[in-house]
Parts: sequence; C-alpha cells; structure tokens
Amino acid sequence: MSVTVRIPTILRTYTGGQAEVAAEGATLADVIADLEKNHTGIAARVLDDQGKLRRFVNVYVNDDDVRFEQGLETATPDGAGVSIIPAVAGG
Amino acid sequence: MAAQTVASTTETTVDLGPAAALSCRECGHRVPLGPVFACEECFGPLEIAYDFSAYDAEELRKQIEAGPANIWRYAPLLPVPADVADKPNINPGWTKLVKADNLARELGVEAGKLFVKDDSGNPTHSFKDRVVAQAIEAARVFGFTTLSCSSTGNLAGAVGAAAARAGFRSCVFIPHDLEQGKVVMAAVYGGELVGIEGNYDDVNRFCSELIGDPAGEGWGFVNVNLRPYYAEGSKTLAYEICEQLGWQLPDQLVVPIASGSQLTKIDKGLQELIKLGLVEDKPYKIFGAQAEGCSPVSVAYKAGHDVVRPQKPNTIAKSLAIGNPADGPYVLDIARRTGGAVEDVDDEQIVDAIKLLARTEGIFAETAGGVTVGVTRKLIENGLLDPTKTTVVLNTGDGLKTLDAVAGTGLTATIRPNLDSFREAGLA
Repeated sequence: MSVTVRIPTILRTYTGGQAEVAAEGATLADVIADLEKNHTGIAARVLDDQGKLRRFVNVYVNDDDVRFEQGLETATPDGAGVSIIPAVAGG
Repeated sequence: MAAQTVASTTETTVDLGPAAALSCRECGHRVPLGPVFACEECFGPLEIAYDFSAYDAEELRKQIEAGPANIWRYAPLLPVPADVADKPNINPGWTKLVKADNLARELGVEAGKLFVKDDSGNPTHSFKDRVVAQAIEAARVFGFTTLSCSSTGNLAGAVGAAAARAGFRSCVFIPHDLEQGKVVMAAVYGGELVGIEGNYDDVNRFCSELIGDPAGEGWGFVNVNLRPYYAEGSKTLAYEICEQLGWQLPDQLVVPIASGSQLTKIDKGLQELIKLGLVEDKPYKIFGAQAEGCSPVSVAYKAGHDVVRPQKPNTIAKSLAIGNPADGPYVLDIARRTGGAVEDVDDEQIVDAIKLLARTEGIFAETAGGVTVGVTRKLIENGLLDPTKTTVVLNTGDGLKTLDAVAGTGLTATIRPNLDSFREAGLA
C-alpha cells in the first residue's frame, strides 16, 4: 500500500525539508517503520520509548484521527493521506 | 524597573521583556524565543521561561498598583516589551471581581466568600482578549503581518478586533455551525472569516497543516505558532484575582476547561505570585469545569487516568467543545496536586445555571459561565467544594453571544396598554 505522509515543520530535518513524502505499509505502524527506513530518526520523534504514539502527536489517516480508530493498527489503504500534526490548544 | 532585552540567540535579539527562552513542558528542552510551539525533541508544548531574578517584591507591587487599569499593569510578568501600553492594542483586563452574596445564598456558601470574576467585561466580551493581546505583541516582534486562529467563536472576535486596532490583516477559521452571535461578532471587524465544514478539532487540524504550508507563510496563528506567548495572557486572570482580593490567594477557584490552557496558566500565575513574594504562600484548590457533552478531562479525572481520551463534542457549550484538549493531562495534574477536582454538568444544568447567575447577580454569562456556575453548585452538593472558604468562579464570556441557549426565555405577559389589563395579568 502506497500512501502520502504530510510531515510537520519540526520533522522536516529528517526529510530533507520535504513537506510530503511517500511511504509503504498496510497499517500506520508499517508506514512509520517504512518512514524510519528512509528517514532515520523520525520514528523516535513520533513514538515514545514503549513504541506508542507520543501524547502530543496527532495522526490522521485521511480525515480520521487514529485515536478514534485503531491507533497504530489503523489501516492505511492504497492512496491514503497520512498527516502527522503536533497537538495544539486553542478555543 | 527597566525593560530587559534578552538575547534569544547569538544572531538575533528580541525584546519581549522578562521572557528568556522557550522551554518544553514535557522534557525541559530549551530553544530561543521564536514563533514555534512544539518541542523538536518530543512534540511537547513549549512555554515561556522567564528571568524574574531582578525583581524586588515591594517595588514590583508598587509598580503594578501604579500601572494602567488593564493587563499591562502586569507587563513585568509577561512576554511583552516594557512600553507595551503605548502600542496600539485592545488593552483588555482589570475586569470586575463581583462579590456574589445573592448567588452564595442560593448555593449555601457563607456570605462574603463567593466571587465571580466576570470576564465578559473585556473589549470583545470574553477572556480571549487577554491572550490575543499577548499574541499581538509577539506577532509584532516576529514580523508577522497576517493574524489568524482556529476558534470556537470567542477567539475569532478577539483576533478580528485586535488586528483591526493594531493594523494587521486577519483571516480566521471557525466551525461552520457556530452560534449566530459569535459569527456576527467575529465578522464585524472586517477581517476574513472562514467557516470550516467540521468541528473545532477539524478546524485546529486544518490550521496546523496550513502553518506548515507555503500558503500559510508569514501568518501568525495566535493559538498555534504564537501559542506560547498567547497562552501567557491567562496568567493575568490569576494576577487580577489576587490583587483584587487584596494580594491574597483565593482558597478555591472554579475554571472552565476547553483546551485546558487557561486553567494551567492560572496555576502558573498563582505560583509566580507566591515565588515572587507578592502573596502569602498557602494552599489553594483548582477545580475544572466541563460540559457533559464534551467532558474528556472530567471522565479521565473520575476514572483516575492521567491520559485523556478524546471525545466527539455534543454540547450547547460550544466555546468549551474541544474534544481533544492538548493541556488535559496538565489539568489532571493540577486538580490532583491542589486537592481540587474536575466535574461536568449537562446542557439542562448549564441553562439553569446561566439563569441562576443572571437572576441573582445580574450577570448574563455565556454557556461557559453556565458550566462553571453549574459545576460549582454540583461540587458543593457533592461536598468537594468547601462553602466556608473564599471561592472564585470564572465567567469567561457574555451571554449575548449564546442567546440560543436561553431561547425559551421571553415575555412574562403581553397586555393591553391600560391598568385593568395590568392587574388582570397579576402583575400588580
């Protein structure tokens, strides 16, 4: 499954400044593992020491927040857009 | 006390008063002052680290008391230049702390012990003017020309007004289905107002993506890339409450929770006053208030969790309808550390509380004020809030913005213009 991943500004040092990169994987966990293969160090920024999503990282597969889906096991269908976004507050 | 100019890097110098750096609340990683909001190490929120080392408590207290009747009296404690009061800004704050004896009687609180901090008295009738005023100064320093935000309504109006006064372009984003009053109050200032088909969390996500895109270059999003500066504005609520109580800490505070930022910054402000010696150090309790239809922090508190599971909001309290509150975990920490609690009330209780505050104290609160008053009542009934202690309840916005919530309220009677009709209606 090929997906497009939107990279937030603070992680673009790992992608040579690219805002979007391609990755492979049937689930979000696979996609992050594939990202790590091509952009070493990025996974440790997104995942904590236990391999879970860091609490201030929001990830969307298409328009769905993966915390409402299956977390790292959320399916990433072919052509999906994955967005990694720092959590922010407002109101 | 002279303004302090702080070198943020070896290359640049910014004058943001006592602000010394940005520090990650999660891992402590420090970076120079700049328009960034997330830690490059762990994604944690960045907040302002200050250098208050030069301050003398007595001198500082005198300087504050001699300052303007707005938040800039606290400029030495904020990330703003010392001459901030001379710049075009909306100058919010110094709102009324109302001694609410009538409400106290209804709630069973000891006379003289209950106060409402009524922030509907700000220029655009919500506490958001406090935070936006900070963001404006940071936007000036960092050279932004367009101000933007994701908003549940109140913030959109505050940004529109502040941008108009300070000479910025504004383009703000709101959920498409907000209360009409808030839409009008945001649009009237002449900036661009864009409805997004989705809820607040969708709007927030969109803005976060825009900020990393060339289309958003040069934009200062007050609650995204200017958030560390913006959020500090909520500290002024803590400063004002203590000063208005005669430089004393309240025993208990009831604060609404949307993102949780306001509550955490009120705690930060109280801690600063203690450390600076401006108030006597004594225990205080902070209680968080949510609407049942959007209660991720309350649910986590009651379950004993230290993480917050996001919810899809469904409540009339739209200004609090943030289903994924970024500062939720910190709110849990503070409520537990201070011996407070987090509670929620349903929509019917919110409307009842709006009417209760209006008929007892003449304060027409927006739905968020109904949440805090309703939660105060519930906390007293549950024995969690001590009715013999000094308690401050926040009203963060004006009821005129959420008229729909009390739409059933109207005429007592319709009569003919004569005395007989008046008597017949039982009004004599």
